[in-house]
Amino acid sequence: MASPDIDVRYVADLARLNLSDAEAATFQKQLSDILGYVAQLEKVDVSSVAAFSGPVVNNLRPDVLGESLPVEVALSNAPQQENNLIVVPKMIE
Amino acid sequence: MAEYEAVIGLEVHVQLKTNTKMFCSCKNEFGGAPNSHVCPVCLGMPGVLPTPNEEAIIKTILTGEMLECQIAPRCKFDRKNYFYPDMPKNYQISQYDEPLCANGAVTLNLLAFPKDVQNDPKVNFDKKIRLERIHLEEDVAKSFHYDGASGIDFNRAGTPLMEIVSKADIATPEEAFAYLTALKQILIYGGVSDADMEKGQMRCDVNVSIRPKGQKEYGTKVEIKNLNSISAVRKSLHYEILRQTADVEAGVPIIQQTRRWDDGRGETFMMRTKEKAHDYRYFPDPDLLPLNTEEGLHQTAKSRLPELPAAKKSRLVADYAVTEYQASVLASEVALANYFEKAAANAKNKSAVANFLLNDYFATGGDIENIPVNPEFFSELSNLVEEGKINTKQAKEVFPKMVAENKAPSVLVKELGLSQITDTAALEALCDQAIAANPRSVADFKAGKTNAVNALKGQVMKLSKGQANPQVVGDILLKKLSA
Ligand SMILES: [Zn+2]
Repeated sequence: MASPDIDVRYVADLARLNLSDAEAATFQKQLSDILGYVAQLEKVDVSSVAAFSGPVVNNLRPDVLGESLPVEVALSNAPQQENNLIVVPKMIE
Repeated sequence: MAEYEAVIGLEVHVQLKTNTKMFCSCKNEFGGAPNSHVCPVCLGMPGVLPTPNEEAIIKTILTGEMLECQIAPRCKFDRKNYFYPDMPKNYQISQYDEPLCANGAVTLNLLAFPKDVQNDPKVNFDKKIRLERIHLEEDVAKSFHYDGASGIDFNRAGTPLMEIVSKADIATPEEAFAYLTALKQILIYGGVSDADMEKGQMRCDVNVSIRPKGQKEYGTKVEIKNLNSISAVRKSLHYEILRQTADVEAGVPIIQQTRRWDDGRGETFMMRTKEKAHDYRYFPDPDLLPLNTEEGLHQTAKSRLPELPAAKKSRLVADYAVTEYQASVLASEVALANYFEKAAANAKNKSAVANFLLNDYFATGGDIENIPVNPEFFSELSNLVEEGKINTKQAKEVFPKMVAENKAPSVLVKELGLSQITDTAALEALCDQAIAANPRSVADFKAGKTNAVNALKGQVMKLSKGQANPQVVGDILLKKLSA
């Protein structure tokens, strides 16, 4: 079955991934297969069903304060920290 | 030289006033110790589930209602994918093709314009600036920059943020100023946000291009960032329009770019050119159910619609007989209008109360949030004048003490030994004295110069050491002179 095209190199670039040629080829096949399945789904006639129809909508939360993490816990995975800030390489705008 | 016109559009981000964040129950607070209001959801840990804050949705719909938008019966949240340290999930939850509110408008008003153009006959003060859309998203973390490193505080990450996008209807820096001022006023009216630009509660990105007058096609647009006040928006636009005009005149093509406003230097600087369009790969957030606003949300928002500035202004004119101008000023701030309504409640002359408040009170340098005076004292003071117990000059003596000491005017009148001479016999004697001493004025009056009575009135006021009731004096003089 013909699968839709996916530009793996471009998507990898968007995802900041540096793929080897071999990896690119592997993902090209895997992603194309997935898109192939989606293409099958697209053949189902859903013209009578509204988009996002389902039994449930509006799973909302009242605006009530809950618990946050203690700062030490929140920062425990940060490789570098200072003054309770998570330190990262210099960001440029 | 060709004449150019500017085409301006504004994207305004507004932090919503809620107790908690958009998708988790962490505190939504400006300030707070760094990273003290965070949890697995707003830190973007794997496997967590976001749950939307009902109040944020209601406040966004309320904003849409106040700004004459169409409210979507159904909409959804999307993921905007990008990589940046201020967004730990590597995507921001936003709304792409189905915003909560569409269209709408901000109607400008005279007082929203900068003071220095409020008398300019060329300005259309009631212009409507149409809106494109209003959508709801989450804010990103706050970053601090040091030499060679940046520090991230996630307290702001995930707090509810509303984006209000105008159409490119704005033609001058002054209209941009008025748009932001009028928008801020409405946001405060609705209790949606405090909208303080200096605190980052309202943030504005500007898009501006120029084109020869009469040309249909838009010029290349330039985006301006780092605008921390409404007047910075105005100043940066003036600068940028001049810069672009000079470039075009010199034959230098405008390239699409983002520029940074430097308020200290009063100039914009290039940050980056748009080499390639961002590709955010938006897709519906599978963690979140669609929103159906017809199930109560829209109704709740509508029930909270406040009286808006234009309606408040009309009501103040109708109910309090204040002038159009007084009403505009009073309605420009909810707190001011509320105070005035209390201050004028028992006054016989409510316009006089508006004068005391708008002229005399603000002349003391006070503001309305911290006004120390019992509002009823305004009614009392104006009634003392109205009833002829003191004259306006004496009222001006009482006023500063009333403000400084928050003391009842009737008490101050006694303390200051002020009381008006309303005893007609005493006033008649003083009038006779003035008439006898000023034959010239009397002759003038008889010759038809009715203004001459004012000179005589002044004499009587002097003789009474300012304690005569000027109205009664005027009446007596006219009676005597016309006899
Ligand atoms: Zn949280």
